[in-house]
Amino acid sequence: MRIRPVGAHALLLDCGGPEQVEAWRAELWRRRAAGELSAVEIVPAAATVLLDGVPDPATAAARIAGWTPAGVAASSGTAEVRVPTVYDGADLPAVAEHWGVDAPAVVERLRRTEFRVAFCGFAPGFAYLTGLPAELAVPRLATPRTRVPAGSVALAGPYAGIYPTASPGGWLLVGRTDLVLFDVHADPPARLSPGTRVRLVSP
Amino acid sequence: MIEVLRAGALTTVQDQGRPGWAHLGVPRSGALDPAALRLANRLVGNPEHAAGLEITLTGCALRFSRAVTVALTGAEVDLLVEHPAGAGRPGDLGRPLSLPAGATLRIGPARAGVRTWLAVSGGIAVEPVLGSRATDTLSGLGPPPLRDGDRLPLGAPTGPPAPVDLTAAPALPAVLRLALRPGPRQDWFTPAALDLLLTTAYAISPASNRVGVRLAGAILPRAVAGELPSEGLVLGAVQVPPNGQPLVFLADHPTTGGYPVIGVVEDVTPLAQARPGTTVTFHGPQR
Repeated sequence: MRIRPVGAHALLLDCGGPEQVEAWRAELWRRRAAGELSAVEIVPAAATVLLDGVPDPATAAARIAGWTPAGVAASSGTAEVRVPTVYDGADLPAVAEHWGVDAPAVVERLRRTEFRVAFCGFAPGFAYLTGLPAELAVPRLATPRTRVPAGSVALAGPYAGIYPTASPGGWLLVGRTDLVLFDVHADPPARLSPGTRVRLVSP
Repeated sequence: MIEVLRAGALTTVQDQGRPGWAHLGVPRSGALDPAALRLANRLVGNPEHAAGLEITLTGCALRFSRAVTVALTGAEVDLLVEHPAGAGRPGDLGRPLSLPAGATLRIGPARAGVRTWLAVSGGIAVEPVLGSRATDTLSGLGPPPLRDGDRLPLGAPTGPPAPVDLTAAPALPAVLRLALRPGPRQDWFTPAALDLLLTTAYAISPASNRVGVRLAGAILPRAVAGELPSEGLVLGAVQVPPNGQPLVFLADHPTTGGYPVIGVVEDVTPLAQARPGTTVTFHGPQR
């Protein structure tokens, strides 16, 4: 893990892979809750965790360098969210072709996979779900759709994701859900926050 | 109640934004110059976090159903206060203006700069979203930009206007000199790239908005090809997309991004007033 300064009030932890990101994300959230770390934002991403709004980044960086995050298993006690998914996406045949299987095998694989929210981004409540092996990564559409409906379940790169609201998008559509993923009146507003375990089950 | 007679090009409700939700993909948003809106709030006797309006370039016209105190800060504009009887008188920026019930405030186009902030006694009382009333033009959270005929609720005044005659408005420099801290991804660029960024002038592109300011100038050459995995972004991050032309992120910036950030601007607030074509230079924090 390498710590890089970002401007005057932020640090970027280069963690390596998604497992280390999740371990550091959980560790830093725990340390902040315990009052051992001050940061306005702790933002996990694909290979990094950003700490923003840090009053004294140099001191914080020195302290963080001395910490060893508990393994991901330590945070696996979090509740699992079951997302009822109708697998009728327009791009199921394309995914099947990339994977070298038929469409029912794609659905079966997605149903059986235990996903985890690696990070959120792109739009409020849009969760990047890891759990598929690297060899099943799929490319984005060369030309993104101008409108992907809310609730669309889709794949891109090594990730699965669910569009919380309608938006343009280039992910491959495999299904849809009626589950509300982002509600500003709910606490927390996002159903899928970093670290959450997710299953894309049949309705 | 405020009745929007003329909304102008882009008038939005803004406050100090909604920090603390970036891990869920929620941008910070808020006034592009938070200090200017805080000052306007203090002038009318509001708490600093109260919601006001951010008015862009072409001005707007507002009618107030009750007697209010307003104050405007930011870009130079002409103000005209029309009493219900019809007589108009000019007003000044940077001081509390007392308006009787039914008065109309006409805010003219910016003579210099881009954005003006308006605070009104009691604050604008639209429903807060995740702790903030700010319009986020990227994610769509908060109230939509104002349209002609909109009505905005007002809160109850909490304090008297500040006893000041006039506050000094910061001068708008012809050339913006911005302090920049290199990193976190300067190693994705050739050593020449940071030199170019720190020694050559850039121009503000017309394709700039509340999300970010696009710059036109020397192309910043990459040392590392390929895609950077998405990572968290901060206010003022200078991101370099594949065309090599830098982009400085402002309040409505996305929470993560996949292009390398060569450096971070220390204070982005001068960019809130920079018109397209304005020259920008960067210097290291030590100078």
